[in-house]
This record gives sequence, structure tokens and C-alpha cells, in this order.
Amino acid sequence: MDFAENALAGTGKSSQSGRLELIDVRRVFGNYNALDGINLAVEPGEFIALLGPSGCGKSTALNCIAGLLELTGGEIRLAGKRIDELQPEARGFGMVFQNYALFPHLSVRKNVGFGLSMQGVPGAESAKRISDALALVRLQGQEGKLPGQLSGGQQQRVAIARAIVIHPPLVLMDEPLSNLDAKLRLEMRAEIRGIHDQIGSTTIYVTHDQDEALSLADRIVVMREGRIRQIGTPQDLYDRPNHPDVADFMGFRTRIPGKLVSVSGNRASVDAGGVRLEAVAPGHVSVGDRVLVSIRPEDLVAVDEGEGLKATVNSIEYRGRAFFGLATGPDGSELFFRADRTYPRGASIVLRPLAERTLLFKEKA
Amino acid sequence: MSAVAAGSPSRPSLRKRLSARGLDATTLLVLPGIVVTLALFVYPFLYGVVDSLVPKQGPWFANYLKFFSEPFQYDTIFATLWLALPVTIINVLVAIPIAFRVRLMRRQRLLTTILVLPVTLGTVLVADGLLNYLGPRGWFNRTLMFLDLIDHPIRLTNNYWGVFASLIITGFPFAFLLTLSYVTGIDPAIEQAAATLGAKARQRFTRIFLPLLAPGLIVTFCLAFVQAFSVFPSAILLGAPSGPTRVIAIAAYQAAFEQYDHSMGAAIAIIMGLVQLVVILAVLSLRQVFYRGPAAGGKG
Amino acid sequence: MIRDNGLASRLWRFAIWAIVALFVLNLLGVILAVVVNSLSTRWLGTWLPLGWTTHWYVDAWREFQLTPVLIVTFEIVFAVVVISGLVGVTTAYALARRDFPGKRLMVLIFLLPLLLPPLTYGIPLATVLYRLGVGGTFWGVVLANLVPAVPFVVLVMIPFIEQIDPRIEQAARVFGASTTSLFVRILLPLLLPGMLAALLLVLVRTLAMFELTFLTAGPTSQTLVVSLYYAVFASGVRASQSIDAMAVVYMVTTLFWLVIALQFVNPTQIVARSRQQTANP
Repeated sequence: MDFAENALAGTGKSSQSGRLELIDVRRVFGNYNALDGINLAVEPGEFIALLGPSGCGKSTALNCIAGLLELTGGEIRLAGKRIDELQPEARGFGMVFQNYALFPHLSVRKNVGFGLSMQGVPGAESAKRISDALALVRLQGQEGKLPGQLSGGQQQRVAIARAIVIHPPLVLMDEPLSNLDAKLRLEMRAEIRGIHDQIGSTTIYVTHDQDEALSLADRIVVMREGRIRQIGTPQDLYDRPNHPDVADFMGFRTRIPGKLVSVSGNRASVDAGGVRLEAVAPGHVSVGDRVLVSIRPEDLVAVDEGEGLKATVNSIEYRGRAFFGLATGPDGSELFFRADRTYPRGASIVLRPLAERTLLFKEKA
Repeated sequence: MSAVAAGSPSRPSLRKRLSARGLDATTLLVLPGIVVTLALFVYPFLYGVVDSLVPKQGPWFANYLKFFSEPFQYDTIFATLWLALPVTIINVLVAIPIAFRVRLMRRQRLLTTILVLPVTLGTVLVADGLLNYLGPRGWFNRTLMFLDLIDHPIRLTNNYWGVFASLIITGFPFAFLLTLSYVTGIDPAIEQAAATLGAKARQRFTRIFLPLLAPGLIVTFCLAFVQAFSVFPSAILLGAPSGPTRVIAIAAYQAAFEQYDHSMGAAIAIIMGLVQLVVILAVLSLRQVFYRGPAAGGKG
Repeated sequence: MIRDNGLASRLWRFAIWAIVALFVLNLLGVILAVVVNSLSTRWLGTWLPLGWTTHWYVDAWREFQLTPVLIVTFEIVFAVVVISGLVGVTTAYALARRDFPGKRLMVLIFLLPLLLPPLTYGIPLATVLYRLGVGGTFWGVVLANLVPAVPFVVLVMIPFIEQIDPRIEQAARVFGASTTSLFVRILLPLLLPGMLAALLLVLVRTLAMFELTFLTAGPTSQTLVVSLYYAVFASGVRASQSIDAMAVVYMVTTLFWLVIALQFVNPTQIVARSRQQTANP
């Protein structure tokens, strides 16, 4: 690790930057709202993940911050100054692209040094910063190679070094791990967070993989259909998603519609087709509302008989430690459950949700 | 191991050995194509080379000697180069900035369709159209006079400029469409990366695009040059075929089909090929200087 | 990218679009001049002709004997399309599916006729064809036109066949398909779009191929474009409107097939096909 610290000493902390603010940012393609009024404030040094399925607007948002797309409305401010009308080359942010976008005709050294030479950094300093950056991403000895001669993981490292060597106030990453295989992805994930912590810059990281977002980010911004659904720490989102879409993303796979019958304290009682289900009560529901009950598979436990949701086993598989399966409710709904033993297909079981980990959402009118 | 290999009973059949080298029934499907190309392209070509060395009279090199000793003949090389080189340089140089603009256009299809028209219609039709359009009473001269740019019609047909115009009309779209296909082959993220790293438009062009495009532009130049150099029907119809636009193709055609000296015709065709080859090799040697790999960026 | 709205950048953009507009305007002017002239009674020294008529088409049809010329043109073009299709697709299949010694050389030989200008190899080819007695005949023209057509089909089809997964054929074998039914029921439907594109392009190229046809055609084996050349060459013998009427007939025949071909290919591909191969042979 001390060698990384050496590298850090050379690279230096990024220029202390102010907070990044997105104020009612909009982007329209034709008559399609890719960004429909985004408001977000990012504190200096924060690691923010923009999370959502493809087409949710997360990459559009990133490209707007980078200056690769013009806004159709709203503004972006950095340390209080408007930057949304600046050309991308005037913003000085570091960006890591999904397919790395390395310059295929330039060596690793020249790729990394490109930004420095654009800034007119003198040769000696530039050489030092390049080797420090390459040390930080552990790519010494590859300086003379062309990008085409490197593996995917190495190209990724070059892309990161190229982005951070210019000491950007903001590092933007657009699904940088999506082209790597599973093992390398885990490795690079840890390194990306490590590099962020060492250089102390602000990072905005776009991904569609909730594991990645949960493990990397200080705060996660969940997006859907051009809007922000929820902003929060990984724990916030994991335990208290505030929208069925977010819950879906966080692994609450079973959704049961029902009607709220009573609320007492933070415990709510729901009538789901004749079965009584207990759940955590959110603040904004009242008795009589149509609601959606969301449960994670590990919190919906199968028992042979008793109180609970009656269901028929569809499939079941062993995943070490426990069995997980899919059952069908009497109304045809899909129920993802956990079990301590295996059941034959077609067996009748009863599913019991853990009340304190069962969530409730008001259904849209 | 070696004992087994030496034993003839275990030796694989000829068929298996051939198919291990990629030769099997499927490979034989190349035969018709090979036969056609050998019979109609390679054989006639070699026949032409030999034919050119068997002149009607004189030693084996008599045709070549004759060509290079008569200004009427060897001047055709310069006449052709004098047309082909400026036209090709203009076509390629103008195609580059336009391709760069058009690449950003969302609806390129209409423009590319219009531009593919002269390429497909061919030189004969373009020559016929230009005879009228550029003629003393054609729309071009009328427009210039209407705009008070000239007093009386300028002569643009049956001379150098007529052929020049026809080579621009058919050659520019060709160079442009080729350049466009190279330009759009460059991953836009590469330019975006350069921009986020602080490169201004001019720097992105000179430091990123130009080196990536250079090999493609060189190929474009070669193909466009070859086309312009073999200009034939428009040089006759639109030019002065016995004067300044007596291009080398006309010389070859006249020798073979008007003087019925196929040996001389073949010799001139070969000289024509060699001159093209010299120019192309000179241009291609530039290619060694530049990066030659894919322009699409990393794996992705 | 955020648009640079500085003055220099605006001027530059304007200049580029002005050049494009000027070129397109002149190009359309050239084509339109032919069409207008073919429809005019008299057109001398005015913006537009004095009167309009269609009788030049009737004249041209008779004077240039367009019925036999069109028949011969289509016979030649379709013969070239069918033969180059059969030969080209089989050859491309072998080249796409097998790796064998000498393959690179073979691809290079297929590339040459597309890169060399037709006149360079056309003169010796015509000499050979006249020697063999087919010069000046229908089949002489077809043979000459096969020289660029077969390699064109081969080079268009190779990448197309390569992107069809060979495991599809293996799967068909596993499920008991004979060679015939493999070809008819699996390969042909998969190859059809590529073949259609390649053959339509060959059709358009052969219709417009002047040099090779010019060198090998006799009086009864001229295609439309060669007849047009002779008519323009001898202009003064016939009324210019009549020649332009013939040019319009040629234009319409070529553009008809071009429009169909453009349903299957991108305009850039018409030019760029051979260069993709050039870039990495």
C-alpha cells in the first residue's frame, strides 16, 4: 500500500472543488424527455452513483455534466459558477467512458499525457505526473504499448489514469466495468473506490448494477424515466426504498397488491385477497388505501402449514445455506420465497413474510 | 509415438489430411470463381503483357520505344496527370471537412442518395448533361451572366474545363462517400474523450482525427486518382480529344481499335497501369508514417 | 457536443454548407437540363424552352431503335447477374468458411479487377475475346462484364456469410438435414438478403458499365449506355432533344434499379464496399 501512497504524494490531492449542483436539469430528444427536471447537489469528495435501468437517463445526465450534451433547460453549477454553457474542453473534468475510448494511435504514455499536453503542462512535470498516475493504476512497464495490445482490464486502467492525471475537480465514470468479466469487475470495483479515496476528488459513477452502486457509493441516486426516484445512502436505499421501482431494484421481488386495513404505530395491516399481512407503515398512507406489499425472497419464508399466504411451488433451487424458490399464489401472482428444505413441484406451502422487513407502497390512482 | 506415425496402416487417408489443411468439398466451391477470374482476368492480362512485347515490327520493346519517342503519345501521360492530379486533390481535400460536418447530421440519407446519383449514372450521362449545362447557352453561363459575374459566356465545353468539371461531378461524390464511411467509422467517444481532456476542435482534428483517418484518406486518394486517371468517355465527349484532353486512355483505344494495332494498344494500357502504380506507390509509402490499426477504440 | 457559436466557427460551418449546396445545385442542374431539353420544342438562349412536347421520346425510340437496345441491355445485364450470382456466392461461401493455403492470394486476385480501372485490363481482354471470336457478340459482352461482377459479389458476400454462425448449419446437420435441404431450407433463406443486395448492385453497375461493354460490343450487342455514347459522340446528326430523350430513358432505367437497391443498402456502401476489403485484405 505504501507504494500507492508514494504515487499519491506525486499525484497530489485534486484542486479543492466546490459543490456540484444540478438545478432542474432537462434534456429533450425530439419529443422524448430523457431528463425531466433533475435536482441534485454533490458535496466535494463524495462518491455518487447514478443507478437505474438502461434508458432511465443516467448516462444523459452524465453527458450533460461533462458538456457532451447541451441542456434543454435548467442549469449546472460548480462552486456556485454556472458551467452548463461551457464547452466540454473548458470544464476540465476527467471522464472514463464505457468502452474506454482510448486513442488507438497513441501509446499508453501519450494517452495518459494527452490532457496534460492540452493544458500545456511542461515536459518534466508532465512525465512525473504520468508515471505517478500509471503507478496509481498499477500499470508501470506498459508505457510504450498501444491500447490495442492491452487486455480489457489494462485498457480500463489506462482510461482511469488518463482521467485522473489532470487532477480534475470531478471524475465522471460511465459504466466503466460493464465490459469486463465478473472476476475482474469485482477487482476493479475495489480499486476504483481506492483511487477515489486516495485522490479525494468528487466522483459521479453511472451504473445499472445495484451491487456496484451499493458497494461503491457514498450516496446513490436511483433514476427512472428521466426522473430521480430516490437519493440516499446505500443503507437507506437497501432498507427503506421509497418507491416500488426502487424496491424492485433493491431486490424486493415479490409484490402483492392489497388494501390497508389498519395502522398502529409503525405497523400496518393489509388485506391481500383474504390474507392478513403485516408490514412497516410508511408515513403517507391511510386506512382504505390500495397498497402494494413488497418482500425480499429471504424475508418470505415457506412453512408446511399455518397462517400466511397459500401458494403452490413452481420451482426451487439450493443456493448454499438455504433453498430459494418461486411459487404461485391463488390469484396467479409470483411469490419468491426462502425455505429450509426442498419441496416437490406442485406442493402446497404457506408463505410467511417477516413483518419488520416487509414494505408497503401506496398504489398510484 | 514415432513408430505409430511411421506405420502405414494408421496413416490418415489423403482426404483427412487435406481437410486438416482446410481442403475439402466445401473448399472446392471456390473453383468456379477462380476459373472465371483466371480465364477472364489473369490470362488476358498476361496475354496483354506478352502481346505488348510482340510488336508488329521491330525489336520486343519497339512499342514502348515508339510511345516514349513520340510527343503525340507520351504527352498523353502529362495531359492525363494534369487532369487527374488537381481533380483528385480537390475532391479529397473538399470531401474531408464536408464529411466531418455531415457525420453530425441526423438525416444523412437524402444527401448521400443525391450524391450517389452521378456515381451510378456514370460518366457518359454526366458528359451529355454537362454539354448542355455548361454550354454557351446553358444554365451555368446564364446564371453567371445574370449575377453580373461575366459579360459574355465563357467556354467550358470541348476543352480542359469540361473534362475537369465532369471529373469533379463524378469524382467528388465518390471521394466524399468513401471519406464519410471512414469518418463515421471512428468511435465518437474518442472525440468526446479528447474534448473532456481539454482538446479544442482544431486540436481534436489535428491530434486525433487526422492521424486516425490518414490511412483511409490515402486509400481514398488512390482510388479517386485511379478513377480520374482512367478518364475516357468524358475526355472525348466534353474535352478536346485531339488536343489538351487527349488522355492516355484515348491513345490506348485509338491504337487498339482505330489503328488495329492490338500490340501497341496493350503496351499503352500497360504504361497506363504502370503510371498509376507509380503514383499509388508514392502515396501509399506515406502510409507507413501513420498508425494503421482499427479506429474503433478498445474492445467494446 | 455543445455547439461552438463563435464567429469563426459559424463562418466555417456556413462555408461548408455553401459548398455542399453549390455542388448539389449544379448536379441537379446537370440532370434537370437533360430532362428539360428532352421535353422542349426549342430551347436556345432562354432560361426555359419556348414550348413543351413529348414527341422526342417517340423520335428517339425510333431513331435509336430503343426496343432492341433495351431488350439486349436487359438480356446482358440479367445474364451477368445470374452467372455472377451463382459463381460469386459459391466462391464467397468457400472463402468465408474455410481457411486454406493460398487464400489471401486468392482474395487479392479478386480485389484487383475492382481496383484497376476497366480500361487497363479491358483492352487486352477485348483482344483475347476478338481472337476467340466472341468479341462483338452478346456473350463477349457478358464475359467482359463478369470480370468486375464476380469479384464484386464475392467481396460483398464474404463478410455477409461470415456473420452467419456456422453452428446453425451444424445444428441443421445434427437434426438430419441432407445437403440439399440444408442448402434450400437453411442457407438460402439466410443468404437471401445479402444476395439480393449484391445482385442489385451488380445490376446497377452493369447497366452503367461503359468501358468494358464499349470495347467488346458489336452493333447488335450494344447496351443502352454505349448507344447513348455513340449518340452523343455523333451529336449534330440527330436533334439534341432526341439524344437527351434517350439519356432520360437511360437515367430512368438505371435509377429504377438504384432505388430498389437502396432499399437494401446504404448509399455509402455502393462506393465503400470494395474499400472495406482494401483496408484489411
